[in-house]
Amino acid sequence: MLMTVETHAPHVLSCFHCGDLCPSADIESDGRFFCCSGCLTVYEILREQNLDTYYLLEAKPGTSRKESRAADGRFAYLDDEILQKEFLQSMGAGRCQVVLRLPQIHCASCVWLLERFDQLEEGVLRAQVDLLRRELTVDFASECTSLRRVVERLASIGYEPEITLADGIGKKRGFDPLVGRLAVAGFCFGNIMLFSLPSYFAVEGELTAKWSAFFAWLGAFLALPVVLYSAADFWKSAWHSVRHGAVTIDVPIALGIAALFARSSYEIVSGSGSGYMDSLAGLVFFLLLGRIFQRRTFAQLSFDRDYRSYFPLAATLVEGGQERSVTLHSLGAGQRIIVRYGELVPADSSLVSERAILDYSYATGESEPIEKKRGDVLEAGGRIVGAAAELEVMRPVSQSYLTRLWNRSAFKEGEAGRALVDVFSKYFTLGVIAVAVLAALYWWPRDAALAVHAFTSVLIVACPCALALATPFTTGTALNALAASGLYLRSADRVEHLAQIDGVVFDKTGTLTNARGNEVHCEGLNMAPREKALLAELLRNSAHPLSREVDGALAATATGVVVGYEERVGRGLRGVVDGRSFAVGSSAWLQENGIDIGREMATRRTVVHVAIDGAYRGRFVFTASYRQGIEDMLRNLAQRFPLFLLSGYNDRERERLASFFAKEHLHFAQSPQDKLNYIEQLEGAGWKTLMVGDGLNDAGALKRSSVGLAVSQQAGAFAPACDGIIDAEQLAQLPTFLRFARWSRRVVIAGMALSLLYNLVGLSFAVQGMLSPLLSALLMPISSLSVVVLTVGATHALARYLDLGD
Amino acid sequence: MSALYLMVGFSLLVALVFLGAFFWALRNGQYSDTTTPALRVLFEEGRGPRQDSSKEVSN
Repeated sequence: MLMTVETHAPHVLSCFHCGDLCPSADIESDGRFFCCSGCLTVYEILREQNLDTYYLLEAKPGTSRKESRAADGRFAYLDDEILQKEFLQSMGAGRCQVVLRLPQIHCASCVWLLERFDQLEEGVLRAQVDLLRRELTVDFASECTSLRRVVERLASIGYEPEITLADGIGKKRGFDPLVGRLAVAGFCFGNIMLFSLPSYFAVEGELTAKWSAFFAWLGAFLALPVVLYSAADFWKSAWHSVRHGAVTIDVPIALGIAALFARSSYEIVSGSGSGYMDSLAGLVFFLLLGRIFQRRTFAQLSFDRDYRSYFPLAATLVEGGQERSVTLHSLGAGQRIIVRYGELVPADSSLVSERAILDYSYATGESEPIEKKRGDVLEAGGRIVGAAAELEVMRPVSQSYLTRLWNRSAFKEGEAGRALVDVFSKYFTLGVIAVAVLAALYWWPRDAALAVHAFTSVLIVACPCALALATPFTTGTALNALAASGLYLRSADRVEHLAQIDGVVFDKTGTLTNARGNEVHCEGLNMAPREKALLAELLRNSAHPLSREVDGALAATATGVVVGYEERVGRGLRGVVDGRSFAVGSSAWLQENGIDIGREMATRRTVVHVAIDGAYRGRFVFTASYRQGIEDMLRNLAQRFPLFLLSGYNDRERERLASFFAKEHLHFAQSPQDKLNYIEQLEGAGWKTLMVGDGLNDAGALKRSSVGLAVSQQAGAFAPACDGIIDAEQLAQLPTFLRFARWSRRVVIAGMALSLLYNLVGLSFAVQGMLSPLLSALLMPISSLSVVVLTVGATHALARYLDLGD
Repeated sequence: MSALYLMVGFSLLVALVFLGAFFWALRNGQYSDTTTPALRVLFEEGRGPRQDSSKEVSN
């Protein structure tokens, strides 16, 4: 909207700092114009410090300062010592380090400016940006400055850190153990391989016993860190699953590693052979490679946000007429707090002020604000949209409505659908042990040594390395392909879960429809451009969503001076602009103002009426605007899955939706708890549901469903806890994504079948006691590599066939 | 042939040095952010990227 205005009317000024439209040319410095004094202040600070290169790297790099609420002392709680202990990392010699999350970071200018933060705040020793994660690591000298001053200074230049209840300030990520294990395994694998080559390629008699023993011992020595350090996760995981009676793929893997090591050690110590240490190290190396591949994550996305991520860490306490900022945890019943425009009500409380207007869309999905009067109970999660309100806390944060909603439903991990490989591994493991025992029993009466040899050989050759690689390499590739086309799954195993769903549940507002912006039609409205401009000016006084949408639809540059502005939530507003009196709102509101609106048509649509100088001028009609391609998507999905709709809104759109959803599957006016209950009921009845929603009001349902996908307008924006985040633009592609997931599951099966084939070939040698170290050393990498090539190649081909980004 | 002992010992030692270097880099966070350093090299000391260090902003 802003862009079109800008291109059609070049004389319109846009802010030098943030690029927003300037309402007037009043705020100016050095011939540059700003939209608000906040932006001007940032510009002046930066110019003073010779940091205005910021504006050269990218045009209009800043974020708008209009919404900033610069109350003094609002970061005072950061002086709290317990809090400091938790977030500050001492670097020694009075040097502290803190990692701050700055959601405003988005471009090269941000990086440039923030890394020169040491020039802006005395005592800051070093500042380093992580662009992808939107994090700033600040080292500072604790005697020169403090955490609070660092944060305040950042806020003053338009980069206010996001400090929430969930994880407070960011945490420094440490050393990644999996990469370390892989590095050690790779190092040992390469060297053992090198030292094994002589025994494989030496002509008979060329290699003396002394040398072959030396190389074998060297190999055993190098295999120790692989077994003890690199393979540690397999030991732990196998032991854990055996103790819990579930046989995962890690059990036969651990058995195989143990058999390899025991057999090789025996051979080397007794001098009877050179062992299989190279196969052992290679096995662990490939398995770890698979784990790394599967673990691919999206650093810029967070899938763990719950209500606490929306809450600030602090609230403003009122005590004896004094305002003080305190941490939310220390807030107790009976205390008075002030909540300002745009802030969340942090705990269930009662209203002390005369009245307050709240937007509960975060918690309930209902976008129209509601009005509360003195003494009313305000549940946590509402956002104040009117004047600041004074509240008395009734319950501590931990016992609030929202908190209880989350804690009540005990969510268990791993219910969403079991991975194929785990279903399979139980039978596989039992089969391998049976074959090993049978082979041993068969040879025992004839040759005891050969019996032991056959027994260990079976365990070694059946070690399901290739089998274990089929899943991670398929799902890992699928994860990347999906991400390239706008579906970011939390982890690779979610691909398998996605393949198993058999019902799709949608939220309406913000999911099927655009979150913001209905389609606004004018009916019988004839207004002069001048009148439109005056109306726009009047509407800018209102925070009501409908006012904002009408304002947007007018597409007029607001002018004029408003007097006598009055707004009644749920009814309408009125005021006099440049001598013309306006009344805008519901039909009841206009009648109340003595305006005859003529015959009112019975309608279930949302309508805003307009009257100027006591004469009725027409109305704006709102219809929900569906995302592009949504109808085709629903038609397509409906052929394959039963579809359900859970809307927090009223049933105005029922008729339009009835063609896609079965009548009994359409549910309107659902509270977050209703949605959660409904999903729970479906899951309880054996459905594997895919829930597609946005906002916090779907969070419980998203979490409870087999796969919960959050729709996000922009990557990196807030999304509630979920299994995946889908780009709103790409939602229409959902049927393709589901088809892709199903097919990739078939690729996993194919990979597993191939690896079983290798196992059978190996077993046929092993039961005869004919497994040699060379055969093992060849079979293991060949089988692993061919499975990897098959699964990755097939998944890529599939992605290309289905036209997914690759 | 006994020179082999020495060779094997040295080759292992060199490999261990590289392994240690990798671990040092890993601990040092060299692999944790691979995007920002690519931008950083474009900035000139104190000023913006080279092609943009015009006189326009010098005050």
